[in-house]
Amino acid sequence: MAVRTLVLWCRDWPVVAASAAAELPPHVPAAVVASGEVVACSATARAAGVRAGTRTRSAQACCPELAVFDDDPERDARLFEPVAAAVEELAPGIEVVRPGLVAVPARGPVGYFGGAAAAAEELVDHVAARAGVEAQVGVADGLFTATLAAHRGLVVEPGGSAAWLAPLDVRELDQPAERRAGVRGRTELVDLLRRLGLRSLGDFAAVPERDVATRFGAAAVVAHRLAGGLEQRPPVRREVPADLVVTREFDPPVERVDAAAFASRGAAERLHAVLAERGLACTRLGVHARTANGEELHRVWRCAEPLTPRGIADRVRWQLDGWLGGATPTAGIDRVRLVPEEVVGSDALQLPLWTGAGQDSREAAERAARALVHVQGLLGPRGVVTPVLGGGRGPAERVRLVPWGDERAPAADPGQPWPGQLPAPSPATVPPAPEPAAVLDATGADVGVTGRHDLTAVPVALVVGARRRDVLAWAGPWPVDERWWDPEHAHRAARVQVLAAGGPGELEQIAYLLVRRGGRWAVEGVYD
Amino acid sequence: MDLLPWGGLRRGSTVSVRGSTSLLLALLASATAEGCWAAVVGMPQIGVLAAAELGVAVHRLALVPRPGTDPATVERTVAALLDGVDLVVVGSPVAPNTARRLTARARQRRAVLLSSASWPGSDVELRLERGTWSGVGEGAGVLRERRVSVHASGRGAAARVRGADLLLPAPGGSVRIAHHAPAAVEAV
Repeated sequence: MAVRTLVLWCRDWPVVAASAAAELPPHVPAAVVASGEVVACSATARAAGVRAGTRTRSAQACCPELAVFDDDPERDARLFEPVAAAVEELAPGIEVVRPGLVAVPARGPVGYFGGAAAAAEELVDHVAARAGVEAQVGVADGLFTATLAAHRGLVVEPGGSAAWLAPLDVRELDQPAERRAGVRGRTELVDLLRRLGLRSLGDFAAVPERDVATRFGAAAVVAHRLAGGLEQRPPVRREVPADLVVTREFDPPVERVDAAAFASRGAAERLHAVLAERGLACTRLGVHARTANGEELHRVWRCAEPLTPRGIADRVRWQLDGWLGGATPTAGIDRVRLVPEEVVGSDALQLPLWTGAGQDSREAAERAARALVHVQGLLGPRGVVTPVLGGGRGPAERVRLVPWGDERAPAADPGQPWPGQLPAPSPATVPPAPEPAAVLDATGADVGVTGRHDLTAVPVALVVGARRRDVLAWAGPWPVDERWWDPEHAHRAARVQVLAAGGPGELEQIAYLLVRRGGRWAVEGVYD
Repeated sequence: MDLLPWGGLRRGSTVSVRGSTSLLLALLASATAEGCWAAVVGMPQIGVLAAAELGVAVHRLALVPRPGTDPATVERTVAALLDGVDLVVVGSPVAPNTARRLTARARQRRAVLLSSASWPGSDVELRLERGTWSGVGEGAGVLRERRVSVHASGRGAAARVRGADLLLPAPGGSVRIAHHAPAAVEAV
């Protein structure tokens, strides 16, 4: 069930921001351009025939008094901060989706103001009074529906998302403003759907999800969920581990935006690396800052797609720009903390239907996934496994093999203490079943382990299979009392590292990890 | 590692690694850390923990421990992996003809084929020549590091025989170039 969401949207935000920065009166037609094309224009410019996507030259031809500004995401973000702050005064827990669009869980304000329409009215008035900006509010289930509702200034009844979306044009899936915010566009998908005769969101939503997945790929599945009024991501979210916060201290405190942005870039990359290490990616990023006077500033950015290092750095820069450029902080910032508020498994990342620049690794993941699924087709689903490291004592029990495609959960908590765990290096060869061996003393008798964890004699020879090798050195034993509380499964074991002399055609030294269980030795690993 | 004639693993090449699983794993480390994917076929005994310590990004590592005994299935498995995975390690024995076909496929798909045994038609063959451990004594200490000599030989650009001294593993389980002459090996 999609969360009831209230969205506040400022129409043509890049133009509004640019005009405000240039102190241009609102009735003068204005447009923001990037690489020779209009990306946003004001209502007056639109009335004169300017549209997003028009070449700058032809826009100026049909509207000669058009004021043209360069695209500047930082300016958009900086000027949006007062708007976000105004919304926050009435509705806590805001998430900036992008400059120009704020989302809030609707329950609070709707309950407080006694109805969705009343809350919308209050917010619009408050934003106009505090930030001097015109805004529209929409309330619906889920961010996508609420955003479309905000474009129309509407409240969609709870549970009515799918019915309300159904008659809308399928082109609503491809929002130009989202594309600018770095989200992969759905232009090609929408184009394809229209050519297939699926012209409304309802038509698209009526296609079974399985068919969408098999014919159009994972990116289209997301679009399909949106068209049906569902949340963008299925509600399987990961708990965010507490230690994923990245903190950066500044000494002396930074006051200039460019300095703060530069310094935060490293933190952004570190956060991404920390997440990637755990196979996670961030979809909601909390940016916290502390000023030299001890003020705490905090803002959450929500993203439709898992953030890239660049995406994280951009949002941090925009936010710092907003704080330092406005009147909010009274001193420089001396600490920035990046908190991943919501993460998704990065292997659950939508494997893209089409790939663009900078998506090499995602493309590699997709190619690999296809090949591995192909092999699963040849050998069965358990034929391809991926290893997950977890807790445990022996080299084999610390690794769990998960069939490709299953959830990668460790078998035992790696964070717990595991007495008897051997330090690195670990053996590079770990036989799937320990191989029987014998450790002999000078008289040829079996060497055992005493109850006090000592060897009963000095080991002289190691016999594995039919090969007898001289023992050069040994270390241990390391005792392992596993499940001592459970008499049925309890077993005592001890591990020993043995360095043996290699024979002809072998290296001169071969290191073994041996384990003694139930009075028998076995090779648990070879350090080859 | 500056061990291979071109400084690292080259896409499209076939490398055979004899006598050391840790050397094989060390070759996967930097590539997987940079975002490449790796698959290991026919080596159920691979030490994943050691791989992680050597720097392999194990979440981009797939294992096909038992590709079966039918040579045709093994070939199809390896061929399918070469189509999509950047580095494919083969531990199952293959016939010389199959080996040549797979080497050609790796070249065509710009993947790297690694073998844990000698491989007809490989571009480079790496071999561990010497290996001495330090850290253990008469019932004391723990295996700490191993100083090894790796010899590389091959054809074409790799025809010149080269060698390198490495710490494989270095303390902590990683791999490093051994710079100075080996110190007296302790307690052996």
